[in-house]
Amino acid sequence: MSKLPPYATPLQRGWHYAFRFICALIFLFLIIPILIIIPLSFNAQPFFTFTPEMLRFEASGYSLDHYRDFFTDSGWQNALRNSFSIAPMATLLSVAFGTLAAIGLSSGKMPFKGTIMAVLISPMIVPLIISAAGMYFFYSRIGLQGTYWGVVLAHAALGTPFVIITVTATLVGFDRSLVRAAANLGAGPVRTFFKVQMPLILPGVVSGALFAFITSFDEVVVVLFVGSAGQKTLPWQMFTGLREQISPTILAVATILVTLSVILLTVLELLRRRSERLRGITPS
Amino acid sequence: MTSADDAFVVFDHVQKSYDGETLVVKDLNLNIGRGEFLTMLGPSGSGKTTCLMMLAGFETATHGDILLDGRPINSVPPHKRGIGMVFQNYALFPHMTVAENLAFPLEVRKMGRAQIEEKVARALDMVQMSDFASRRPAQLSGGQQQRIAVARALVFDPPLVLMDEPLGALDKQLREQMQFEIKHIHERLGVTVVYVTHDQSEALTMSDRIAVFNDGRIQQLDDPATLYEKPMNSFVAQFIGENNKLDATVEAVEGELCLVRFDNGETARALAVNIAGPGSRTRLSIRPERVEIGAKPDFNSVEARVLELIYLGDHIRCRMEVHGNTDFIVKVPNASEHAALTVGEVTTLSWRPEDCRALDAE
Repeated sequence: MSKLPPYATPLQRGWHYAFRFICALIFLFLIIPILIIIPLSFNAQPFFTFTPEMLRFEASGYSLDHYRDFFTDSGWQNALRNSFSIAPMATLLSVAFGTLAAIGLSSGKMPFKGTIMAVLISPMIVPLIISAAGMYFFYSRIGLQGTYWGVVLAHAALGTPFVIITVTATLVGFDRSLVRAAANLGAGPVRTFFKVQMPLILPGVVSGALFAFITSFDEVVVVLFVGSAGQKTLPWQMFTGLREQISPTILAVATILVTLSVILLTVLELLRRRSERLRGITPS
Repeated sequence: MTSADDAFVVFDHVQKSYDGETLVVKDLNLNIGRGEFLTMLGPSGSGKTTCLMMLAGFETATHGDILLDGRPINSVPPHKRGIGMVFQNYALFPHMTVAENLAFPLEVRKMGRAQIEEKVARALDMVQMSDFASRRPAQLSGGQQQRIAVARALVFDPPLVLMDEPLGALDKQLREQMQFEIKHIHERLGVTVVYVTHDQSEALTMSDRIAVFNDGRIQQLDDPATLYEKPMNSFVAQFIGENNKLDATVEAVEGELCLVRFDNGETARALAVNIAGPGSRTRLSIRPERVEIGAKPDFNSVEARVLELIYLGDHIRCRMEVHGNTDFIVKVPNASEHAALTVGEVTTLSWRPEDCRALDAE
């Protein structure tokens, strides 16, 4: 891939460059919609398009108005608070349930493994609107509809499959004899879990937690069904903002969220690499 | 040492089946004395590792009792048994340093920091790994990891240590060195060791007694010398050391000896060890070093044809054909009084009837 061999035919040469060009196009296709909102969020006018001033790079075309709006408007601030109170709790539950489920499912003695796995993963596969409608009717029955815990539980159900998948993948490389060794050395099951198994599957748990957090943080369909005005999250506020007033503030919000996600991912990746190095997985 | 009263570990009519149909361990009875080095030796699938796992508590006996120091331990979970174990793949915790690995069982037992440090230092010193306390297992060689695994199994002073083929992954030279080190540690600490291996020379080197396993049963339980000199059945004779086997039929039993007839009509006398009686089939077992070239009075003698000669310096390994067995090995000492053999030559072999054991025909 890196360099053409001297015996390459013209066709191979042509493909070599065409391949890179196609890759670049795919990359742009994926990234442009995200990048385009960043300059737009600094628009001085309340429009979703580039103004002539912006295209001429005049200072008057740019402003921080939309950011100011986001940080001062009580509706947005309330949504931000709601998102940050729902997502971490949903993540915590997802991680707890997902990790335990993955460990149980990876034990050799577990019967009906495939079936149970399929059921647990189903929230990821079933169309969201169906899950949301189902949760709405179920939670109304038991009085969870329109409550904080209702939204948290719904989001936890959506996030758990991610944790199960990432932790299961980590457990494939986990040496079961370490659990036996810990038991043999006198450690009970709880200590063995926290001192031996957990530190070793932590990278999987952490990336699962990240997915669960993001799932809850940008989820809009389920929260519209299960939540009430008291649980208005950021995506919900963005959704109504788009529908009712077309406020460019959501561009500023989107930019902030993208930045947050990038920082989160980078930090976690660095942590993961550090923990792998500590475990001596890469030869020193 | 082996009576049930003062035995430290007792297997009492233990059976184990994984699928509820076939027994992996069939009616195991075994007493292990305090301070003994006992080896469970056998081919893979013979049930020896299953026995060790039942003792450690990772498998439960389908039937029968296992007693540790007089107490039944069938219902005691592994982490409450207080038995040290060296695993086949060492099972060192990769996220902990060597010192943390060794401190783990001591922390579990809620020892003080100073006491932990002292014990860890002593255990590392015992396996000559004091300089490696702050390394992680991945930074150690196989032999070094092996030493740490031994140190970790001994650091909390368990009265019983189990070893599951701990030297299997090491090269030959390191393996022999570790055999002696483990043996010396055992002698110094007086700890009871149950060792599992499929390597018979390892078992002979290290053990006080060896239990030879095959087909879920102990075939013979004896000290290494007895096991080699006096195998009680064909499996043990064949599994321990080098063995020549000849099939024959028992003609008559005369006290300790018996008269056997080979299929070509010739007869010989052998020690009657494990035979059913006149008319039954038997398999004779003769160690290669007990066979001599040339006829001798009162010896059994047979005609043999030299098939292959392998020069090994101190002796010459000679493969011969005897009564249709083309794998009959004789070790000829490389001494001047012996005439040189040539391939294809027909010569006479002889051995004392007492050195030829008539065993079961399998």
